[in-house]
Amino acid sequence: MRPPAVQGQNITMLARPRFDVELAAVTKRYDQTLAVDAVSLRIPPATYCCLLGPSGCGKTSTLRMIAGHEQVTDGDILIRDRTITDLPPARRGTAMMFQSYALFPHLNCLDNVAFSLKMRGIGKAERYAKAREFLGLVEMDDLAARFPAQLSGGQQQRIALARSLITEPQVLLLDEPLSALDPFLRVRMREELKRLQRKLGITFIHVTHSQDEAMALADLMVVMDQGRIRQAGTPRDIFERPATVFIARFIGGHNVLMTPRGAIAVRADRCRIGQADSGPQVSGRVAAVEYQGPVVRVALETQSGEQAAVLVPDEMFFARPVRPGDSATLSWSEADAHQVATA
Amino acid sequence: MMIGGRSNAAAARRGRPWTFYALGGLFGLFLLFLYGPMLVIYLLSFQGPNGGVTFPMVGASLVWFEDIVKPGQMANIPVAFGRSIALASVISLLTAAISVAAGLGFRRRFPGSGVLFYLAVASLVMPSLLVGFGIGLGFKALGLPPSLFTSALGAQLTWTLPFGMFAMFAVVNRFNRAYEEAANDLGASPWQRLRHVTLPILLPGIIGVAMGAFTLSYDEYARTTLVIGQRNTLPIEIYALISSATSPTLFAIGTVTTAVSFLIIGLTLWRIFHMQARRAAGAPQP
Repeated sequence: MRPPAVQGQNITMLARPRFDVELAAVTKRYDQTLAVDAVSLRIPPATYCCLLGPSGCGKTSTLRMIAGHEQVTDGDILIRDRTITDLPPARRGTAMMFQSYALFPHLNCLDNVAFSLKMRGIGKAERYAKAREFLGLVEMDDLAARFPAQLSGGQQQRIALARSLITEPQVLLLDEPLSALDPFLRVRMREELKRLQRKLGITFIHVTHSQDEAMALADLMVVMDQGRIRQAGTPRDIFERPATVFIARFIGGHNVLMTPRGAIAVRADRCRIGQADSGPQVSGRVAAVEYQGPVVRVALETQSGEQAAVLVPDEMFFARPVRPGDSATLSWSEADAHQVATA
Repeated sequence: MMIGGRSNAAAARRGRPWTFYALGGLFGLFLLFLYGPMLVIYLLSFQGPNGGVTFPMVGASLVWFEDIVKPGQMANIPVAFGRSIALASVISLLTAAISVAAGLGFRRRFPGSGVLFYLAVASLVMPSLLVGFGIGLGFKALGLPPSLFTSALGAQLTWTLPFGMFAMFAVVNRFNRAYEEAANDLGASPWQRLRHVTLPILLPGIIGVAMGAFTLSYDEYARTTLVIGQRNTLPIEIYALISSATSPTLFAIGTVTTAVSFLIIGLTLWRIFHMQARRAAGAPQP
């Protein structure tokens, strides 16, 4: 299967812009509430970027401002070195895939995908030929005559993707694209999105509240909270060096503990149960035990009342099992602990 | 699932509770009350040539239907019918157009939108005869002759517009704004967006509003009677006949007008159903 020619690729060959997307102190204010607070971000060419954060953190507002569906209160947005802050959505070089997909219910798949070409006044034969090409890209050629209501969630998503991609965007914006799918399909579509992004060589900006999704997909993971970017980097950077207590808690898999020298984060899979000869440790009590297959998650409550968890490899756990109510000591090695800011 | 299945089976074995039959009987009486008188009228419209306006039926015939179109006392009926249909058509178009515009406009709050809304719907609660009376007086004061497409049209719009707007607000409320954003995203101009996305998606609701307005207008009496001028609509013509002549012809007229109403409603429902069905399931592959 041949990918459709994407205009953007040719442009990047000639004069490669430094960034596909650049946000310069972008701010969004609704009446009195500040949804996005002077966010600045640079996304290098052909990046899979995930905006991650709890609901209400400003990630969707940021995406919608890039798309042009929300007015920017202050600041500037650049796409491939071109300021697009005040351009209408269709003239920005972006295309958006909506959370609800927003497929037009009165049009079949072919007409949905061909919609943008029809708006540009392109003749029937030409637009249908091109629409079929993009239906092929998402492996939906067989269902061209179906109406959206006749499709499963995953199929609707493919059609929505094809409908966005046919506009040959330089940046594809995806608003919680996987949230409507069941967990099994979610993992499959996730692979598919990444595959498409690689194949087309354009930037995807994907909004999600799921850290698994962001870790699996992102080249650049941007963690947001309360309208601000809290940390941006590769998923590995962020997982190994969460900057703040909030990030360590939000991305999960970490214990955040207060020590005399301040708050620290330690990965739950690097912690151990049982006394160590040297190194830091706190004593507490087993609160719960969850079998998770390859690992067993042991939840602890420390003497000072902090919650912690240890991921114990299953073999190790069953060699020396513990039960809820047992007293236990949580230990880790100094090298695995990172100072985290409390703000 | 298992538990639910078992308890259903148990209920089926025990039979339905007595309340089911009591309430079913009550509902049957209600239906009889609702449709009984009309059935009597439909039946009597097929009265034999020597029969009267009450039972018993003296044979059966279609003479009373023929009477409608014969020259004579009923000469005005077909003309009045034509006027009613013409007025109802114009009313339904205007109501649909204004309601759609209002429905789309009212999605966004604007200064005075609350006041405007209550002003628009207040005429629903005004005594209908007085609205007609007021319009009639107004036309007289301005020295304008009342007529079908001026005063009568206005009087009926005071009735159909609030209904149409309420219905349209409900339709527009369920309309997902993301459709319009998607249209913008795909490069549609505001006009293209309305023409290719918003109106087609709202179309079943729009047709419903138009038909609702049509039937409201088609049998409107109270508001129209004082402002119609020299040429009557069908309900007013029938009312005049009831006080001047009594023959089964009146029943025949009732049967015909009912048939017209059902035909219009039937066609509308069929159209809407067809549209919904195509969107929901089962469009044939070409």
